[in-house]
Amino acid sequence: MDKPRFSPFLASLRPALVLFLVLSVLTGFLYPLLITACAQLLFPRQAQGSILVRDGHAVGSRLIGQSFSDPGHFWSRPSVTTPQPYNGTASNGSSFGPLNPQLIDAVKARIAALRAADPDNLAPVPIDLVTASASGLDPEISVNAANYQAARVARVRGLAPERVRALIAQHTGGRLAGVLGEPRVNVLELNLALDALK
Amino acid sequence: MPGPTLTLFVGFMLLVLALVKPLGLYMANVLEGRPVWPLRLAAPLERAIYRLCGIEPAREMGWKAYTAGLLLFNALGALSVYLLQRCQRWLPLNPQQLPNLAPDSAFNTAVSFVTNTNWQGYSGESAMSYLTQMVALAVQNFLSAASGIVVAIVLIRGLARHSSGTVGNVWVDLTRSTLYVLLPLAVLLALALVSQGVVQTFSPYREVRTLEPLTYQQPGTAPVTTQVQTLPMGPIASQESIKELGTNGGGFLNANSAHPYENPTALSNLLEMLAILAIPAALTYTFGRMVGDTRQGWAVLAAMTVLFLALLAVLDWNEQRGNPLLAALGVEQTPSATQAGGNMEGKETRFGVAASALFAAVTTATSCGAVNSLHGSFTPLGGFVTLFQMQLGEVVFGGVGSGLYSMLIFAIVGVFIAGLMIGRTPEYLGKKIEAFEMKMSSIAILVMPFIVLTGTAVAVSVDAGRAGAGNPGAHGFSEILYAFSSAGNNNGSAFAGIAANTPFYNVALALVMWIGRFWPIVAVLAVAGSLAAKKRIPVSEGTMPTHGPTFVVLLIGTVLLVGALTFVPALALGPIVEHLMLWGSG
Repeated sequence: MDKPRFSPFLASLRPALVLFLVLSVLTGFLYPLLITACAQLLFPRQAQGSILVRDGHAVGSRLIGQSFSDPGHFWSRPSVTTPQPYNGTASNGSSFGPLNPQLIDAVKARIAALRAADPDNLAPVPIDLVTASASGLDPEISVNAANYQAARVARVRGLAPERVRALIAQHTGGRLAGVLGEPRVNVLELNLALDALK
Repeated sequence: MPGPTLTLFVGFMLLVLALVKPLGLYMANVLEGRPVWPLRLAAPLERAIYRLCGIEPAREMGWKAYTAGLLLFNALGALSVYLLQRCQRWLPLNPQQLPNLAPDSAFNTAVSFVTNTNWQGYSGESAMSYLTQMVALAVQNFLSAASGIVVAIVLIRGLARHSSGTVGNVWVDLTRSTLYVLLPLAVLLALALVSQGVVQTFSPYREVRTLEPLTYQQPGTAPVTTQVQTLPMGPIASQESIKELGTNGGGFLNANSAHPYENPTALSNLLEMLAILAIPAALTYTFGRMVGDTRQGWAVLAAMTVLFLALLAVLDWNEQRGNPLLAALGVEQTPSATQAGGNMEGKETRFGVAASALFAAVTTATSCGAVNSLHGSFTPLGGFVTLFQMQLGEVVFGGVGSGLYSMLIFAIVGVFIAGLMIGRTPEYLGKKIEAFEMKMSSIAILVMPFIVLTGTAVAVSVDAGRAGAGNPGAHGFSEILYAFSSAGNNNGSAFAGIAANTPFYNVALALVMWIGRFWPIVAVLAVAGSLAAKKRIPVSEGTMPTHGPTFVVLLIGTVLLVGALTFVPALALGPIVEHLMLWGSG
């Protein structure tokens, strides 16, 4: 057994300090640089944020949701980021507990807004359309939430409802291997496709 | 339980169990200096590091010198993280020109990352420069995980060796854990995550022109209309991968693994969950292998798995059941082929209820603390499971290294209790468990409940503590109890309604994190040193086997007994009252 002649802390000082610096360089600089280089080479689009381009302009990311309030577009899930919804630099959710009166009031207001935009629709409102996501940037809604809005979008745009439903089906992501993920629709991609219809 | 949910849970567990033996065997090999090909190529780098640091790799240390070295190494880490945050304004790789952090916040974050907690009082995308994220935070993701691994390895050596005055060389163990275990896994996972859409770039934040203009108003100012959305960028994937592998949990971005840039797809979510459980689960095999009886490791793993699956089922069932108050408003919460249903407040569409519940169970069973949904918006009993798993002492798999060493301490307490019942001197793996081991084990186990409950009691007694609660009533109490449970067990997740970036919480939680991490570590290393010095006693008829179902039940019982007896009164005031109010009001 080693018997340090002086305090064990002092004996450890040089290895502790130098090892800390060496491992910091290795894991703090070289490792992220290596990953960045490989990522830019192998997956440049994903590494840069999966940006969607229309007419030469970046219109968003397929992974980051946007706020829609035009009844002719599909609406995203409610977002509670501040000061504006879908603020990309302030991801956040509500953290309201299930009994919080503010949660109940917010859900009531969201139901009222959906009903006001589509008074004839008497179907129950899908839960994801009236609850805030965890990130405040959820790019997707459930297939149920898209179907719920289909009649409204078709009416406002003067399209046949079947055409809108077909578009939803085209943009529906299923479960990977039948297990992974939930049935869902990417709202920005769906709205881009909708805008592209003549 | 819907079919896909059951398939997900069973399939996930099988994947974890399939990783245990290969990864556990690999770790046993490299940590004893036998790196396998192709990582043997890094051996010259390892030798160069030792030369540079003046380390003699063959020279072993006693437990006291080992402990002193480890504590010093971690103290240096804390100092470095603190200084980098306080100077980031003047340093490179800060394209958003973010200011320096306040002293109390920087102190909290420094302690948080060094203790493997990664409690986050700040919001990543608006507070930390790329340099701080990489060199302060991600470095500690590696080094705090390596620190956990080496403590577990020393405890295993204490059990495996006999009549030995030394327990290993702390510098060699730290270097090998980082170089051969954490780094290669982090590289593979980071690239897999990028392929799914996790961002990895040094470019500044990116502005895009949204489809619709958006008008909003801040209190006291005129309304603003904008069609610009700013997207955060950064070296996210490299940090994300070690954040999960090291059971650290500190997100690059505020929303953590719920953020689509940290966890974009169902597949990235699966990989992240596997990464969190991989090392803690595999270390049980490393343990069995190093003590020369793999059945010992499987027994510990069995106890962890049983606890995990039982608690996961409770969590998922409650979340899928939804919120009765919203059902009363005419909202559709039933799961179907076209929606996940259930309690979707604070959950992402791509994960739904099942993958959110599984992630929450994984991240609180281990001391990871990354979240892909907001635990604070869970149903009362769903939230209860996340809280209770932490309060069991993070032994249901637990943190990287810390889960195994904490569980082995429970095993020592378990054989002691059994020894009392049958009237024999307790022994574990051929080592007599005597007064010193029991004293140190008691300290290792009891310091956590003591600081968690004391911290909570102080916080609810003073204005600065009560002011933090973001929800009214029982849920507000749960937020405070969760914060201290998370800090004391080095988890780092939160009932995020709490406003904890205040001097009171920054300092109180930092103290709880530091004591909750290093007090047990010193006690565990003391146990290891004492066990290593003991003679091995031969197995006799009176020896209680520690690899069969009886021992598994004993171990589970010990964990539940200590956890339940300590925390049930506090839990009754939080999630249990809330559950009765939610379901009794209808």
